[in-house]
Amino acid sequence: MDENLQPVVAALADRFGASHAEFRGQTTVFLRPDQIVQACQLLRDEFGFNMLSELTAVDYWPQQEPRFHVFYQLNSLSQHQRLGLRVPIPGIKPSIESIEKVFPNANWHEREIWDMFGIRVEGHSDLRRILMPYDWEGHPLRKDFPLGYEEVQFTFNVHEIDQDKFYPKE
Amino acid sequence: MLEQSEVTLDELRHLVSERAIEGETMLLNMGPQHPSTHGVLRLLVELDGEVVINCIPDVGFLHTGIEKNMEAKTYEKAAVMTDRIDYLNTAGNNLVYCLAIEKLAELDVPPRAQVLRVLLTELERISSHLVWLGTHALDLAAMSVFLYCFREREMILDIKELISGARMMSTYFRPGGLWRDVPAEFDGAVRQFLSIFPARIDEYEALLTKNPLFLDRTQEIGVLSPQDAIRWGVTGPLLRASGIAHDLRKADPYSGYEMFDFDIPTQTAGDTYARYLVRIEEMRQSLRIVQQALDNLPSGPVRSDNRKFVPPPRSELATSMEAVIHHFKLWTEGFNLPKGSIYVPTESPRGELGVFLESDGGSKPYRIHWRTPSFDNLQALPLLAKGHLVADLIALIGTIDIILGDVDR
Repeated sequence: MDENLQPVVAALADRFGASHAEFRGQTTVFLRPDQIVQACQLLRDEFGFNMLSELTAVDYWPQQEPRFHVFYQLNSLSQHQRLGLRVPIPGIKPSIESIEKVFPNANWHEREIWDMFGIRVEGHSDLRRILMPYDWEGHPLRKDFPLGYEEVQFTFNVHEIDQDKFYPKE
Repeated sequence: MLEQSEVTLDELRHLVSERAIEGETMLLNMGPQHPSTHGVLRLLVELDGEVVINCIPDVGFLHTGIEKNMEAKTYEKAAVMTDRIDYLNTAGNNLVYCLAIEKLAELDVPPRAQVLRVLLTELERISSHLVWLGTHALDLAAMSVFLYCFREREMILDIKELISGARMMSTYFRPGGLWRDVPAEFDGAVRQFLSIFPARIDEYEALLTKNPLFLDRTQEIGVLSPQDAIRWGVTGPLLRASGIAHDLRKADPYSGYEMFDFDIPTQTAGDTYARYLVRIEEMRQSLRIVQQALDNLPSGPVRSDNRKFVPPPRSELATSMEAVIHHFKLWTEGFNLPKGSIYVPTESPRGELGVFLESDGGSKPYRIHWRTPSFDNLQALPLLAKGHLVADLIALIGTIDIILGDVDR
């Protein structure tokens, strides 16, 4: 681990009892869902992590419980340091606190994880779908959401497929 | 479990002021099909006369599900989709994707491939800035700049066609190096561009930098303070025009950028004109990098010879059984990456372009997320637009330099 990051990780372990993992030179700290806002506040105010670079989620269905991990990457512009945060969330009624008050640009990212994973973001100012149409059903980046495909037309099935296509017919 | 969400007008009420509900101010829909929105961006603009009170971007019209689609393809095949995200920075997208895979696999890239990657990414940066400059000036009614910019961009597209066969979607970078080596004509073509282009930048500057009409439309329009820029996660030329010299090529060098000598242009005004000056100077700096890369281009292979990740050359297939096995395995199943996740950031022409890649140990990305600069930068548009005229809104969309493919993925 980068020696400058050690006091940060130690402070998070001390304050929140958070464990951490190292992989390919990147440090990730694991937090509980109710700790994320305070942790972001602490990192921003006391350790200079002033920019939220990345906010996304991963779905581990069906092999792992808790099902979702929300991943945050904070960036310190002055010290050129990065720290990843991971928050495991159970699959039944998944929800997480919004960090919009700490990092305003989390707004759209949190709308995206609601849109794509169906993780409700509590305390968000404007939780609507962002990329999918507003009347879309389901959350596409969940692992139980099928990818979908278009059937290839051959001479034997061209009429059959044509019947289901959306265009004005006579 | 499927949850249905319906948006009613009531749910949008909190986005506009009380005056709009009472009909005192006007709600105007701009886009998604509007020439100045640079793609399919819809803006809901609340106006008091001609003054913008609020502007609410509505994105997602170009959402193509690239992240979901990539999860269903092997790493090598998914590389083709990376070009389609930010379609003006295809080399940069290939680069960040390859870097993520190489970092996860701990795969080495030969020096020649690294230098060629830097060279092409910088050419692409110039080409992207040329499109920005042309369209931005066109939005501000300077028609001829557009034509000049696209003339020079054509030279870069020709170079890309020369090396990869495709003008835009080249997918020239592959995990472990490049698709193939550059042809013999490459050196001459780039040198010709290098000899012509510096004078052309001066030409654009002669048209715009001291042009009173351009100054009127850009100076003190959309001022972004450095504090706001950081709070809103704004990166790239927008951040540098607000006085913060943050460039990932210097701050966190990747792909051998530490070997090149270049400066990070910054301005302190933070307005549309400052962002113009920063991008113009960035083109000059990119030229310096291209020149250095071309002069010090090492010889040698352009792709790693680690056969667990990189398919063997066609010529080996006739003589080596092992090559046949590797060829078969890599083109059917693909290669497996170790279990784990990483986040790799790079500097695209628009800001921090990052890939979050999670592997479950298999041959397809378990989860890949693109942290695209336009997505975060566009969020700051309401902040910039408040209090300006509708006509300035056009200038502001241009100055953020959004690519809707980059926003919506």
